[in-house]
Amino acid sequence: MHQTFDAALGINLLHANQEGADHNRAHFDAWGITCLNLMSSPGAGKTAVLERTLATLSPELTIAVIEGDMTTELDADRLRAYGVPVIAINTGRSCHLDSKMVAGGIHRLKQDHQPTDFDLVLVENVGNLVCPAEFEVGEHAKVALLSVTEGEDKPLKYPIMFREADCLLITKMDLAPHLDLDLDQLVTNVRQINPHVTLLPVSAKTGEGLNAWFTWIRQTVGAAKLTPQLK
Amino acid sequence: MHETDMTKALILTIRDWWEAQPERPAVTQVHLTVGQFTCVEPDSLRFAFQVQTRDTFLAGADLIIRETPLIAYCHPCQQEYQPDIGLRYSCPQCHSPMEDIRSGRELKIDRVEYAQPVSVS
Repeated sequence: MHQTFDAALGINLLHANQEGADHNRAHFDAWGITCLNLMSSPGAGKTAVLERTLATLSPELTIAVIEGDMTTELDADRLRAYGVPVIAINTGRSCHLDSKMVAGGIHRLKQDHQPTDFDLVLVENVGNLVCPAEFEVGEHAKVALLSVTEGEDKPLKYPIMFREADCLLITKMDLAPHLDLDLDQLVTNVRQINPHVTLLPVSAKTGEGLNAWFTWIRQTVGAAKLTPQLK
Repeated sequence: MHETDMTKALILTIRDWWEAQPERPAVTQVHLTVGQFTCVEPDSLRFAFQVQTRDTFLAGADLIIRETPLIAYCHPCQQEYQPDIGLRYSCPQCHSPMEDIRSGRELKIDRVEYAQPVSVS
């Protein structure tokens, strides 16, 4: 004879992923590393922004890249040209990185390098405006990218990414004069979903706005370093 | 497609619970709360669950989803409101941005129902 029982769980659906993300973050914290999770739709310009970022910041910060959005080895080679370790993750058909995949990347970083040497790990997520926002990987801050060609209504249609972002780069600003984009409306749309996000219009092509982005990174890395160590 | 990964995460989480049960009970129902302000589509989740639990310890278990609406709280107006997802998130009265979310972000496994043999004495 069988009887039906009830077990109250009250566990978040993403509990297992969240535990993995907390574990990754604990590693980063122990090594004095700040981790940023870069997310956007495909083709918003994550790799181009990363190239400019590595070119400027790799002389002053020790950086590694965990690359999830890699269609070809060409992307990784583009970034390796800046002399930083680029750990390519095979995401298969997955539409986002999860904490387990990034744990694999961290493991490889630890194998091949001295992790305490690093200041910053940049995670390039799979190009997708929907899922990556729900799967934490152990980052200290989320950076979303939205290119001006995507239109001002994207934040309304894909709100969760924009709600969760700590910093939003509006990319390809050099193209803005050629488009019917209403930049003020775009900013209004973002602000009604996330009033606290740091909004930075940039162009990886002309360099417009990139200094503000580099300053944001320096501050984020500096804040993390100041808290546990220098005091 | 992302429901496939959500379902994988769901199965992993339930497996953690299940493996901690000494009697490894037969799960008959899984009850979820899914907020409307998440990236999960309940229909896709049901389908993915059915497919992905085949030949696992969850095979044949029903997935029951309770949806919760997106409800925000406006501090200036001191009242709750329901944003119009896809169109407008600010307060309809004073147009303040969506600051606090009171409901709609849930992705929770509420409870699991399972059958167990009981001895008849």
